[in-house]
Amino acid sequence: MNRFLRSINVRELVRPIGQLALFSLGSAVVLSALVLILALILDQTVVGQALQEKLNVSLYTYTLINLPQVVLDGLTIGFVYAAIALGYTMVYGVLEFINFAHSEIFAVGAFVGVEILIALDHTGMLKGASIGMSYVFLIFAILSGMAAAGALAVTVERVAYRPLRGAPRLVPLISAIGVSFLLQDVIRLVEGLTSGDFNRIFPTFGNFDQRIIFGKMALGSTSLTLGVSIKSLIVIISAVLMLVGLNYLVNATRIGKAIRAVAQDRPTASLMGINVNRIISITFLVGGLLGGAAGVLYALKFTRIDPFVGFFPGLKAFAAAVLGGIGNLTGALLGGIVLGMLETFAGSYMGVFTMGAAGSEYKDIFAFSILILVLIFRPQGLMGENVGQKA
Amino acid sequence: MFKHMSAVFSLFVAASLTMASYGAASAADAEAIKIATQSPLSGDQSVVGVDMKRGAELALEQLGKPLADMGFKVELAPFDDQANPDTGVANAKRIVSDPAILAVVGHYNSGVQIPSSEVYHTSGLANVSPANTNPKVTTRGYLEVNRIVGRDDVQGVVGADFATKLGAKSVFVIHDKTAYGQGIAEFFKKRAGEKGLKVLGFEGTEEKANFDSLLSPILAGNPDLVYFGGMYSQAAVLFKQARERGYAGTFLSDDGFDSSDATKIAGQTLIDGGGSYYSTVSGPASVYPGTAKFIADFKAKYNSDPQPFAAQGYDSMAISLKAIENAAKTNGNATPSREAVAKAIRELKDFAGITGTFTFNAIGDPTVAKYFVIKVNSADPAKWSENTVVETLDIAPPQQ
Repeated sequence: MNRFLRSINVRELVRPIGQLALFSLGSAVVLSALVLILALILDQTVVGQALQEKLNVSLYTYTLINLPQVVLDGLTIGFVYAAIALGYTMVYGVLEFINFAHSEIFAVGAFVGVEILIALDHTGMLKGASIGMSYVFLIFAILSGMAAAGALAVTVERVAYRPLRGAPRLVPLISAIGVSFLLQDVIRLVEGLTSGDFNRIFPTFGNFDQRIIFGKMALGSTSLTLGVSIKSLIVIISAVLMLVGLNYLVNATRIGKAIRAVAQDRPTASLMGINVNRIISITFLVGGLLGGAAGVLYALKFTRIDPFVGFFPGLKAFAAAVLGGIGNLTGALLGGIVLGMLETFAGSYMGVFTMGAAGSEYKDIFAFSILILVLIFRPQGLMGENVGQKA
Repeated sequence: MFKHMSAVFSLFVAASLTMASYGAASAADAEAIKIATQSPLSGDQSVVGVDMKRGAELALEQLGKPLADMGFKVELAPFDDQANPDTGVANAKRIVSDPAILAVVGHYNSGVQIPSSEVYHTSGLANVSPANTNPKVTTRGYLEVNRIVGRDDVQGVVGADFATKLGAKSVFVIHDKTAYGQGIAEFFKKRAGEKGLKVLGFEGTEEKANFDSLLSPILAGNPDLVYFGGMYSQAAVLFKQARERGYAGTFLSDDGFDSSDATKIAGQTLIDGGGSYYSTVSGPASVYPGTAKFIADFKAKYNSDPQPFAAQGYDSMAISLKAIENAAKTNGNATPSREAVAKAIRELKDFAGITGTFTFNAIGDPTVAKYFVIKVNSADPAKWSENTVVETLDIAPPQQ
């Protein structure tokens, strides 16, 4: 036992938690400061007066009181993006191509998890389940989603990417896009044949929909309740656990060392006795596991899924991976959190700051404009290193 | 290759010649009058479409006597539009090429009715719609096209009036950015302003899952009522997330919300707080005062309860029959022209149907149409049909 404990690299367990806390806190502080300054400036203008008229509160107070909730929402979606982004970034790290099928692997994970829960619901087991049992069911659904998505990712690599290993880089990219469409339609076909239902609904059970209330704050003529739903907490905690686990795998185990070696130089790694194909399969497996879990968590948080559910989260996670510096694991975490935060801040405050002219429907425009700006000044991404393309 | 083509071409010519001679043969039989129906008879909307046809069939059976007495043989010509615009238009072309057809009862989907009625319009064939609510069905101003139900643009007004009646002082309006949802939401907003409701926000969203950032301004404003213009698949997710964040007011939506999947998604959250309501243009058959006999006859003949719009199918057929009868009388008891039938429909005054009394205005809308507000009663999707009608309104269409 002692030997086992000593073999654990504590530093690699603590470091990612510290990083996550730092990134979350950092982006929250920077964005909060920005909106507060903006609110102070706009308070004296017609924008502030309009809000005063509507809700009888100053723009600064409105912004300040809404902040905690916005930060929580941003973190929740940010961690989901980060978990998906890791799949993109790991594959890019070892193979240097974008696995566009990753968004469908995420969707398959979501579907498998939700279908299992729906089946359990039909047997009546969910309705009568105690709180403890409902967590067992949820964990079972997440693990099933992970297993399905992981297996699928490995299969896709074996069937659609490995035969193209030596081809120019555009070829596997096209293959990935093809696989993405194929999987989307397979989900549609299977759902059409089995349930005949396009929209699948995450069943209501357990206490996930409940909310932990922190308190009430007066806001003009009304008041605002600050709280966090249990499912948001589950999403955040599961994502943190996964991210720490992945970090440990890559930075403190023999397999991780092999993955890093293959990423650095494939032929040399192979000369050193590393089975490159096996390591690449493992990389896809790990990416798929993370994507599948993210899929089930996404369904838990947002209730409804359809066969195209992977498209937008996938695209945004890809953007997050690029923002953080693609190929860099820490960068994917940072990118996911920053993008989730940006999006939520934009969606929550744009409506008030523009007097309703550009509401939360334009949040993506804002978030992606920032992304473009960052990439103009740091083309390698926030944490990427400026290295030349590998031959 | 060319040889191949010419073979196909000659086949085609032969086929159209046969068709033409067939058409000529039926035209020779001057005593026959046909009325076509177009509705989805196959596919997932056939539940409603088949009963729409059955309603028309029943009307023909019960009300065809005056024409039969005049020496005409009146027949039903049912067509399956498969809820598909292409099929609807192809059927319409077959319909207009049969001169015995003097009227069309039809279409369940506005998206099918609009292109198909372009075909009816070119040959002056009258169309009475039992179900199409898009304003464009009548705003094109075609003499041939009429409907006996309400319009989408009135639904927003109905919603706003109902919100006022519930005692709401402030509302937040959201829509799905489609012509349908945004249209209804804009009419809601306009009417809400006129009624003195405070509109705290008006936003469109294509988001289907993550409504967190949209909910921040809604929760901060804490409106008495949240209105959604669009379909249940977005509305129910939004309502659920709003309730989970502690919103305690009332939800209101349009007839896009009329699906038991809404409670499958949102469940108990629709019932909590101020509850949930939606407006629609067609209530269940039982809410109309004149339908008791219809429901009994329908059950006796088809051994099932009539679906929504079956009673409207009955009325559309009744109107067509009456108009043909009137036009034939003016024509000295001979088969009237299509144009005369179309005019005769517009000339009907206070026609007593089972779902209301109909007079058509200059563009073919009924001068008064019924609208309903329905309350969601149960979190169980199987009990969706037990939702209660809380308000029935008679409203005139906009004059355009």
